Order: sequence, then structure tokens, then C-alpha cells
Amino acid sequence: MQVPECRFREPVRVPRPALPPQLQEIVFRNFYTAFLSVRVQRAQGPRKWLTCVSDYRLMASPHTEEGAQDYFSLLRHQMLCDVDQVTAVRFILRQPSPVWLHFTIEELQIYPPSQKSPQKDFPSWLSQLAPPEQPAVLHRELPDPEKVSAEAQQMWVLTEVIRARQAAARIGRFDVDGCYDINLLSYT
Amino acid sequence: ISLHKPEIKLESLKEDIKDFLKVSGWEKKLQNAVYSELNVFPSPCHPAAPPEHMKEPLAYMRKAQGSWEKRILKSLNSMCTELSIPLAQKRPASEQKELLNKWNEMGTDEPDLTLFRPVYAPKDFLEVLMNLRNPNYENGEQPSFRNHLGLIQVPLKVKDIPELKEDFSELGLNIGQLGIDDSTQVPPEFFENEHVRVGQKVLAEQDSAAAQQYVRQGCPTALRADLWALILNISNQPEDILYYEQLKSNVIQHNLLVDSLIYKDVKLTASNDDYYFVFEDYLYQVLLCFSRDTSVLEHFAYSSATPPKSYIRGKLGIEEYAVFYPPSGVIPFHGFSMYVAPLCFLYHEPSKLYQMFREMYVRFFFRLHSISSHPSGIVSLCLLFETLLQTHLPQLFYHLREIGAQPLRISFKWMVRAFSGYLATDQLLLLWDRILGYNSLEILAVLAAAVFAFRAVNLMEVTSLAAAEAVLADLSTLKVMPLLQIFLFATVT
Repeated sequence: MQVPECRFREPVRVPRPALPPQLQEIVFRNFYTAFLSVRVQRAQGPRKWLTCVSDYRLMASPHTEEGAQDYFSLLRHQMLCDVDQVTAVRFILRQPSPVWLHFTIEELQIYPPSQKSPQKDFPSWLSQLAPPEQPAVLHRELPDPEKVSAEAQQMWVLTEVIRARQAAARIGRFDVDGCYDINLLSYT
Repeated sequence: ISLHKPEIKLESLKEDIKDFLKVSGWEKKLQNAVYSELNVFPSPCHPAAPPEHMKEPLAYMRKAQGSWEKRILKSLNSMCTELSIPLAQKRPASEQKELLNKWNEMGTDEPDLTLFRPVYAPKDFLEVLMNLRNPNYENGEQPSFRNHLGLIQVPLKVKDIPELKEDFSELGLNIGQLGIDDSTQVPPEFFENEHVRVGQKVLAEQDSAAAQQYVRQGCPTALRADLWALILNISNQPEDILYYEQLKSNVIQHNLLVDSLIYKDVKLTASNDDYYFVFEDYLYQVLLCFSRDTSVLEHFAYSSATPPKSYIRGKLGIEEYAVFYPPSGVIPFHGFSMYVAPLCFLYHEPSKLYQMFREMYVRFFFRLHSISSHPSGIVSLCLLFETLLQTHLPQLFYHLREIGAQPLRISFKWMVRAFSGYLATDQLLLLWDRILGYNSLEILAVLAAAVFAFRAVNLMEVTSLAAAEAVLADLSTLKVMPLLQIFLFATVT
């Protein structure tokens, strides 16, 4: 039986001036790469290549489409070594399956700590899950007025957000000013 | 309301509101609404991913869907020019009045539909799927492990029987099922009575997630309508009824070319069906309104399809005068009305029937006629069917292939219609119970393979595609749950 060959792409070398001294996040779009390893060379210390990401699985199965064209983020805290003062980055792509003609990664972006990759539009209170609260014990003491006013403020902000959203409620109109007299369907 | 009392203190306001939500049932309703959203919308994409990535991550599939849509548009446009009928037309007042009077008996109308033809039929769509290729895949002509032996040649990941057994574990041999353990020979004390009792409790609690788990073992007939509505979070509030009435008035005001396609489809399919012809009028009431419903456009965010676009006459290319056609963005094809027909057994109030169909469409049925890599998309279902058959009935698969009867050619139409019109209605509803319960269409592919397994002996003896079709022409006597159970849990692998 033929042993499926393992192909390596040539390491990608990023020119020195373009690299931020500290790596926060690496973002890219996959194109049929099954596993990714990343190695860095640092300004200080020995000149050898340090592995910061080892055989990160991008595709659930190297032979099937799942994950083949997805977007990925590799964050600083996921990396195996320190990524400060980086002078060179090497990306090692592995695709053991012989069924694909090409494999690579695209739209590669490297972000330093000051810049963040484009974030989804989330209100900040949503991303912080409130811990399960103890019911307030109110026998004798009055509750902390600061706390109460902060909570009342939060509720007010919520109602304002809801009120603002209402304007976007759908009306269900499909015509333009009462007219739906249309041409043929458009191909673009 | 109850919060306007002077006893309510500011300090405990937060707790009081929470308690009020619980007591009045609103907490449950909120939970159900959130659960509903989680079921419908895919997991959030990577922030760098453009919107088309959420619709369909694979570029070549997006392209294939685009080409297929262009073909449909061309077909509709040429029908429009050949017949000299506009795509949309405002009805004169007399016609509006006539239609309003006839609203509950549109089936009695016999418009001349001979010149209209369906925009496409399932077999046309199958041809497109057969030709789908990933340009980055080694699609050599020589047979090798790279080529699939079936009709589908794209390397999507599909589940094997061990994985399906895990996913569909509630269908196992030692778990009670409606469709098996409620047959006349089985005393109801063993399973049925208790199952009905649990179902009533689930309905009393009004918990969507619990209902979804419950229906995996089947719905008792008396509870099915309410359970499905609970799972899909449809409550038929006054504003929903009002919305439906507005859609009805849109139908009265404007005449659309797709209306004729709907009429034709209903006349050709549901009206000819022994079980569904009684619902003909309901089908028009649902489908004509569906075409005018702009809320359906929202599902295009997670569908690989794109709604057809046009411009107001004389304003070609000016974006302020761009509109979608039909307003829902969905062009019906031959057999589309069969998605609605089974629901008519459960819901008789037009507004509720309408909402149930719309929700079923934007959750499930849209995946059956668009090209995508989603595990419940028709391409994955086809590949799952072919892979299951090839793996577990290799002799049968090979034999059918040799005689020019590729199994998918026969089973495709069953899956595209979610078996509607092919199974007996009680069996179909038991199948759709599981679609809702597992929030997946994969069971359609499993059932298709199970049907072939069931009739394998006869199929091994046929020598042509026509003869194979004949063996599988009549599924109306099949019992779906035993077939599924045997195929998943009792077949020697």
C-alpha cells in the first residue's frame, strides 16, 4: 500500500522591519493546511529557532473539507514560548493527505499587543458573565447605597439600549413607496 | 403591574424583578427564546471572517451556488419574457375584491397554468450536485481511492455508523420509541402511558429544551402540535396574527409570477396526493403569504443562497430602487408545497400553520435545495447516504452501480422532500419528530440507506434502473422507526 506522502511548504520568512517586537496574535485564513507549526527567532538569547506553536490542528481530518478554508487566531497565551523581541517567524505547514493539489495559509496578519485584531461588536457587559449571586440579606442593615445605585444604573442602561433597538423593528415592506413594478431579475 | 406596589424597595428591586419573571413565566419564555436563537444561528465566526464565510466557508461551493442561482434567474426571466407576464403586478380593485372573497377556497380556481413550467425539478438539481468539484482536489479520471464511487465527488466529512449511533443514541434498541413500542401488540403500561405522562409534564413546564429532548423518542399524536410549537418557539401572539393578516393583504394587493408557480406546484403534487389533497386551500394560504414575507430574508445570513434582486421599472441600477423578488427571496421549485402539506394535519389555524411552516423552512428545509458544506445540507446528506450504503451494503451498492442504477438517483428525491409524499403521514410525522429532536437532517440520509437495506434482496435481482425504481416506488407501507433502529443498531458491521 502506498504510504501517503508528507509535504512541507517552505518556511515563510518575514522581513525584520515589518515584525512587531512583541507578538500578541497571529490571524490567518487556512487553505487546506492540516497542521501548523510556528517557530520564532528572538533578538536576545541563542540564535536557534524556538517552537511557539507545535502541530496545531487546522483540519479535523486531513482528507476532508472541515476547517479547510476557515479563519484562525493564535494568541500569545496559547504559545509555548515567550514571543517578545521576535526577529523572525517561521511557519511550517503540513498536509499529509495526497488528495489536495495545493495547501497554504493566506491573509496572514500579525498583531502587536497595542493593536487588536478586528473584534466583534459586543457590548462589554455581555462578555462578562455575572457570577451566580447570593440573595441579598436584608434583615437589619441597609444595603450599600453605592451598590444599589450602580445596579439601578445598569438597569437603566439596559432599558435605554432596548429602546434604541426598537426603532430597527421590521415593518415588512417589500415595495418602494408603494410600487413593486419591477424589471427582470438582475444577475449581478 | 405587580411591581407598582409601594412595598417594593429599591434595594431588593433586582431580586424582585427576577422573582417576578420566574412567577409570571417570562423567565421560561426568555430561556426558550434564547434556546431557539442558539439552535438556529451558527456559532459566531472568527471576527476576521467576512459575512459570506458564515453563509458558506468553502469558496468553490459559494461559486457553485451562485451559478445555480443564475440559472434559476435566467429560467424565470425567460418565462417572464416568453409569456409576456410581468414578475409583479398590482391587482385592479375588482380583482382584489374577488380574491378576498375567494380566500378560503382558492383551490376551486382553475387558472390556465399550461404555459407555466416549474423553474426546476429535483433531478435538475441532482445533475448540478453531481458535477460539483473542488478545484483543489485531485479529481483524476482513473478510479482510485480519491474518487468516490457514488455520484457525489466532493470530500465532505460525513459520519460513520459508530458516530451516528452515538448521536442518535435515544433511538437505541433498549430505549422506548413511539413508532415501535406503541404498536398494538405492546401493552401501553410498558412505555406508552409513561411517555405520554412525561410529554404532558414537558408541555406544562413550557420548556423548549426539554421538549426537544423528549421528541427524540417520538411525540404522542395528541401532544405533537403543541410540542413542535414549543420547540420552534411559536406561540401565535396577537402580533403574529396581525403580521399574517398583513401578508394576506400583500397577496391581495399584488400579483406575482411566482404565485402561478405555486399554483402549478400545488396542483401537480399535493392535490394529487391521497393524503394531502384535502388541504389544498390551506397550501395556497400559506405559500402565497410566504412569498411576501420579508422576515424570511433574515435566514440568508446563514444560508449559502442569496435572494434574487431586481429594480423598480425605469430605475435600473439605482440602489434606492433595488428590491428582492419575491419579497421572501425564495423561488419555489417542483415539490415545494410538500414541505407544508404534512403540517396541515397538525395546525388548522392559518396564522399558526403559517408560522410553523416558516420556522421549519428557515431552520431546516432551506438546506435541502441549496449548495453548501453544512452537515445537514443536501450535499452532505447525499454523500452520507452513499457512504453508508457503500460501507454497509457493498455488494448491493456495486451491483446497482454496475446496472446503471446509482442509488442516489432514486433516493435523492426522497431526501430533497424530507420524505414528504413518499411515506404514510403518521410515519412521516414520526420522522420529522426526530428532525426536530436532533436539530439535524442527517436522519433523512440514514433512513434512505435503511430503506435500501430493507429491500436489498429484491434489489439484488434487478437488472436495470427502471426495475430498481419500481422496487422502491412505493414506500407507503414502510415503518420508519424499526428500519432506522435496525440499520443503526442491529446491522452487523
